[in-house]
Amino acid sequence: MSWLGSIIPLDHLGHYIHWHVILISVGNLVVIGLMVVTFIAALLLPFPGRGGRKASK
Amino acid sequence: MSTTEIDRQWTTRLRKRVAGKLPPEKLLPDTQPAYVSSWIYVFGVATLAALIIVIATGCVLSIRGPLWWHQSSIGHFVNSLHLWSVEIFFFAMVIHLWGKFFMGAWRGGRTMTWMTGCVTFFASILAGFTGYVSQTNFDSQWISTQAKDGINATGGGSIFNVLNLGQMLMWHIVLLPLAAIALTAVHVLLVRVKGVVPPYEEDSEIVQ
Repeated sequence: MSWLGSIIPLDHLGHYIHWHVILISVGNLVVIGLMVVTFIAALLLPFPGRGGRKASK
Repeated sequence: MSTTEIDRQWTTRLRKRVAGKLPPEKLLPDTQPAYVSSWIYVFGVATLAALIIVIATGCVLSIRGPLWWHQSSIGHFVNSLHLWSVEIFFFAMVIHLWGKFFMGAWRGGRTMTWMTGCVTFFASILAGFTGYVSQTNFDSQWISTQAKDGINATGGGSIFNVLNLGQMLMWHIVLLPLAAIALTAVHVLLVRVKGVVPPYEEDSEIVQ
């Protein structure tokens, strides 16, 4: 994991964003951001093989 | 035994009811509706796949115990697999929840499907929390000593003591996995019984 430590300082205190009553760690905020990006991508990106399958109800 | 007596048996009645509600072709269908061909429908099964890895790695951790997962390289690896499969589990489940919320996935008599999903989500949060306080490291000590004040403020501390490692570990490895697995099984079976919720425009066409 030493290569990871060279990119992200793992032996320091975490960074936090404090805005009024909201206090959130940068790590948690990044994960929420990634979820939003993944959600939007899932809606917009074409699904492989779409239209080629037989539909059933 | 007469035919009437056989028909009155609880096993016969249960079998007929299950076979009527969920015939094999509905349980494991050959095709899916066309609208399911979208990435947003992938996250339910991604959550399920992550849950299987969570349970499997949890079983390995249970066999070898805390000294193994704290001190050996393979123990660290399996411990990390357990952690990261939980991360993926929640990541996929939250996107699944958002997708189903905006689809109005409770429509068409699917209230129980929606509700079992919600309860599974809350059970999973509790499973994640009890996992954090069962790590037997400084993190778990810090989290449990902070959480006790919150739990005690609700009055729940008398029956759910987050400082009791044995109780937290039992909840984490017995009660909550049983709840999560049972709820997930019911949730998936309800999806198969009721089918995947159609998009709003598709639904209105069916009504017309």
